[in-house]
Order: sequence, then structure tokens, then C-alpha cells
Amino acid sequence: MSELTLTVMRLGFLAVLWLFVIVAVQVIRSDLFGTRVTQRGARRDAGRPQQAARQAAPPQQRGQQAGGRQRRNAPTKLVVTEGTLTGTTVALQGQTITLGRAHDSTIVLDDDYASSRHARIYPDRDGQWIVEDLGSTNGTYLDRSRLTTPTPIPLGAPIRIGKTVIELRK
Amino acid sequence: MSSTTNSPTHHTSTIGAIGAPSRRNTELALLIFAVAIPVFAYANVGLAIDNRVPSGLLSYGLGLGLLAGVAHLVVRKFAPYADPLLLPLATLLNGLGLVVIWRLDQSKLLQAIGQAGDKAPNQLMYTAMGIALFVVALIFLKDHRVLQRYTYISMVAALVLLLLPLVPGLGLPVYGAKIWIHVGSFSIQPGEFAKIVLAVFFAGYLMVKRDALALASRRFMGLYLPRGRDLGPILVVWVISILILVFETDLGTSLLFFGMFVIMLYVATERTSWIVFGLLMSAVGAVGVASFEPHVHQRVQAWLNPMNEYKLSRSGAPGMHSEQLQQALWAFGSGGTLGSGLGQGHSDLIRFAANSDFILATFGEELGLAGIMAILLIYGLIVERGVRTALAARDPFGKLLAIGLSGAFALQVFVVSGGVMGLIPLTGMTMPFLAYGGSSVIANWALIGVLIRISDTARRPAPAPASNPDAEMTQVVRP
Repeated sequence: MSELTLTVMRLGFLAVLWLFVIVAVQVIRSDLFGTRVTQRGARRDAGRPQQAARQAAPPQQRGQQAGGRQRRNAPTKLVVTEGTLTGTTVALQGQTITLGRAHDSTIVLDDDYASSRHARIYPDRDGQWIVEDLGSTNGTYLDRSRLTTPTPIPLGAPIRIGKTVIELRK
Repeated sequence: MSSTTNSPTHHTSTIGAIGAPSRRNTELALLIFAVAIPVFAYANVGLAIDNRVPSGLLSYGLGLGLLAGVAHLVVRKFAPYADPLLLPLATLLNGLGLVVIWRLDQSKLLQAIGQAGDKAPNQLMYTAMGIALFVVALIFLKDHRVLQRYTYISMVAALVLLLLPLVPGLGLPVYGAKIWIHVGSFSIQPGEFAKIVLAVFFAGYLMVKRDALALASRRFMGLYLPRGRDLGPILVVWVISILILVFETDLGTSLLFFGMFVIMLYVATERTSWIVFGLLMSAVGAVGVASFEPHVHQRVQAWLNPMNEYKLSRSGAPGMHSEQLQQALWAFGSGGTLGSGLGQGHSDLIRFAANSDFILATFGEELGLAGIMAILLIYGLIVERGVRTALAARDPFGKLLAIGLSGAFALQVFVVSGGVMGLIPLTGMTMPFLAYGGSSVIANWALIGVLIRISDTARRPAPAPASNPDAEMTQVVRP
């Protein structure tokens, strides 16, 4: 076997080996799932049409679920207004939102006063959003009152969990 | 967008949940790649040594492909959400190990001293047994939390496995280290299996005790000092690992055993002080034993002065002197950056254990620094996927078990590669998947099987909440 062929095979083998490593790392990169965080602000214009489309769709879905009754003043997003996550928004698309320190929560609170599964926010049959305390240690507050039962959330009312305050907005 | 305008100083982001895809097709594609690379290497070795494509290429490729295919189908059926990388990475390492073992089989030098000749078919058989154990683990271990029930049984089993080589008649010292047992014509290294069983015990034990270990402590100079009575378990494990070092004279098993416990203790309690204590205790233990135990002392001398050891061995000086380490260092050196090419090195000059403990030297010579880096990265990726599994696992037992298994795997890779490269004293352990040896291959396939089981549980999407019967639409029945 000629020297040249062997050299080519030697370098080719190393290249293939490294290609495998790189492909594996790419798989890891695409494998990071859980919550998708879309950074806005820097490329706000690029993100906007998508965002608009995403927010336009849910009310229709909810409307259909609620037997064709379209709610006015239905909130479209949940906004964190105080705490370490200030500025974070979550689009309300009919899914249940869990809050707590557990890492599989929709909003993971880094707060010593929050329980691991602290509260959840979900739509009822009419598309009205409800907040429910999940037996947390320090309680969930809607405006100034501590929650004891699942309670409908008025638009813009502050929900306080430890140092974090969230509210629903249109 | 009001949030953006209200608080421009804060970061603004949107969070949306994404379901976990199962990624089985990714795994299949990577697996085909992982089988193709060793086949390429096999052809390369044949062309370099005999100037022709080896006749066994087809059967070898089909054998490895078949084993990988079976493993993939079982994962697809029994662990559909498992990590897509663990199986291909392990298959690639196993395949490369097979190729290099076959390459060393061709060496006349090794054949002459009975160290090579028919090792590759044996290794393929061990691989088949390993995959069989992997399959059994996936089929019968439906949920890793079942292992939690066997916490103390695993403790006893692990101790028995670790002590078996000391039983007279069963254990046999192989070149100083007593880590082998002989059953009939088979020789088994029980330490390889003990690491899995031990991880189960440590995980079950620490899950129960971690609050006591983590919370009851005083703060002193930035370190949390545990209470005296909480030091009990770490002292017991330390004493056992020192006993292993003294009686089995194997640094690797001892380091693996103690290191795994310290890693799991740290993960369970989040206290850095355990790492400090662990490092201090292992340093004290290692130095103490190295000064009293002759075999360990000799290993340390060989590590500090490999060239001197080589000269003593060559001149036929009395006592056990080994030229292997210096030979291995020369092999790494002559490989350079890009290596001499598969089948074109002279790593068979290491002679004894060239295809087991010192197989990494052959990789170093024939694939060079570039190849060694890729191989160490592949090991690193396996460990990374293990740690990732631990992060994603929802139950504390699964977390600790995944950390323990991947920590043990990482420690083993470190101890072996560090030993062969002269970073730490040489031990009698083998490189997982690459090296020749049944126990190692079989035990590590089982380890990957357990990790895949935990990752399947961890990545499985949460079941849909049960529908509430009260919320169902009420049907009005009119007459």
C-alpha cells in the first residue's frame, strides 16, 4: 500500500473521529429542551411578527374550547414585575403554568421563600384564568389577601410569591 | 411589550414549554456512524499491515452492527425517551477497542509471549455478553427506583464483591494486585461490578441521610464542619478503601471506591467541606500506605522514575521492575500530534498488557494527540450525559445514582489514563470499553444500561393530568 494512501487514511480517520465528536456535541446542543427562552429586546423587530402570530392564535383556540364564547379582556401574557425574573413574560396559550423552585416548573423561582411546587395558574372552562396555591409554606397572595381556594385572577392584579410578583396582562 | 418599555434595564424573555422529543432516530443515525468508524479503522489496519482489506471485515462489521442494532431496538421498545448519545458513544469506544485489540493480535511480538493472537474474537464475545446484560437490565429494570429497595443488600453484595479476591484459593494475585478471582477457567475482576452495586448503596443511603449530613454543621473559616458523629460514614468508607489498598494492593479500586463516595456525598449535601475532607483523607491514606506497603511503594517509585525503572528492568536487577510505563511514554511520544497511523506503530513493544491496561498507549501512538483527545472527549461526553441525566432526574435516588455511576466512570477513565500517561501511579484497572477484558466490558455495558434507564425516566414527558369528572360537560336530557 502506497505511503500516500496510508497518510490519507490516517488523516481521514482522525477527521472522521472528530466529525463524530462534533456531531455528538451538535446533538447535545439540539437536545436542550425544557423551556424555550426567546430573548427579545436586542432583535425585537425580528421577533415581533412571530410573537404577534403566537399571541393571536390562542384566544381563538380558547374560544372554541369554551363553546364559541369569546371573552373580552382575556389576558394574553403573564408578566413578572418584581423579583429576580423581572421582565420575563410567558404567553398564555391555554396551558397550565406552574410556579415554584422545582426545575420543571414553567417559571422556576430562585427564591428562598418559595416552595418547590408553589402555585399554578390555569384556565377554567370559560377561559378565565385561575390561580391556585399548591399548599406552599409561605403562601400565595392575590393583591393583599392570602389564597385559600383557587381564585380567578383579575387583569393586572399582582400575585405575590415570596419576592416575586407576577400579573396577567392583555 | 409593555414589560420591555417599563423595565429596560432588566432582561426580557419569553418562556414556552417544549415537549421532549424521543430522539430515537437521532440515536440510530449516530449509531450507524459509530459502527462505520471502527469498520473504517479495521480496513485501515488491514491495509497498513497486510496491504489488503482484511477478510474478516464483513463479519466484524456485521457483528458489531448486529449488536448495536439489537441494543438500539431494545432501547426503542423499552426506553423510548432515553438519551440518544449514550448508546452510540459506548458503541464507538467498544468498536475502536475491538479494532486495536485485533491490530495487536497481528503483532508477532505479542503472539510470541502469548499475549495476543485470538483476543479480538474473545472481546467480541464479551461485547455480546455485555450487550446481553444491557438488554436484560433495560427489560427487567422497569423503574430504577426499584433498586432503592435493595440499599443494604447492595452494601453487603458490594463488600462481598470487593473482598472476594482476598478469599484464599479464589483470589489470585496477578502481578502484585489482588483484584482477580478465578472460577474454573474464567477470571473475573469483581471490582468492576462492585462499582455499580456500590453506587446503588450510596444513592439509597445518602438519600435518607443527606439532611442530617448537610444541615447539622458549624461554620468555621468559610467551611461547614460536619458534626463528629456525622463523620462516621465517611470514616468507615475511608477505612474500607484503605484496607483494600493494603490487602489488595490496588490503588485504582481504592481510589474509585472512595472517590465515588465523596462525589456522591458532595452532590447529596452541597457541602464543599466534604470534598476538602475527602481529598485530605485520601492523601493521608495514599501516602501512608505507599510508605509501608512494598507493592504500592514500588508502583510509586515506577511512577516517579519510569526511566530508572526501565533500566533496572533491562539490567535484570532483582525485584519486580516494569519497563511498561516508560515504553508507554515512548509510545505516546512517538505518536506525536497526528500519530503514526493505525497498524503502523510499535506499541507492541510494551509487551505485557499492551492490549488491556496499556491499550491507550497504542491509541496514543497510532492516532496521536488528536486521536487521544477525541477519545477522551468521547469519554467526557458519556460522563456529561450521565450528569445531564442526573440533573434531569426528578427523584433524588435517581439523581444520586446517575451521578454516582457517571462519577465512577469518570474516575476510572482518569485513574487509567492518568496512570498510563504518568500523571498518577499506575493501577490495575482497565479503560472502560477500549481495553481487553470481559469483566470491564460487561460491567460497563450494564452501567450504560442503568444510565439509559434513568435517563428514560427523567426525559419522559409528564403524563397528562387526569380529567376531572366534575368538569365534564353536563348533558341535558329533554323528554
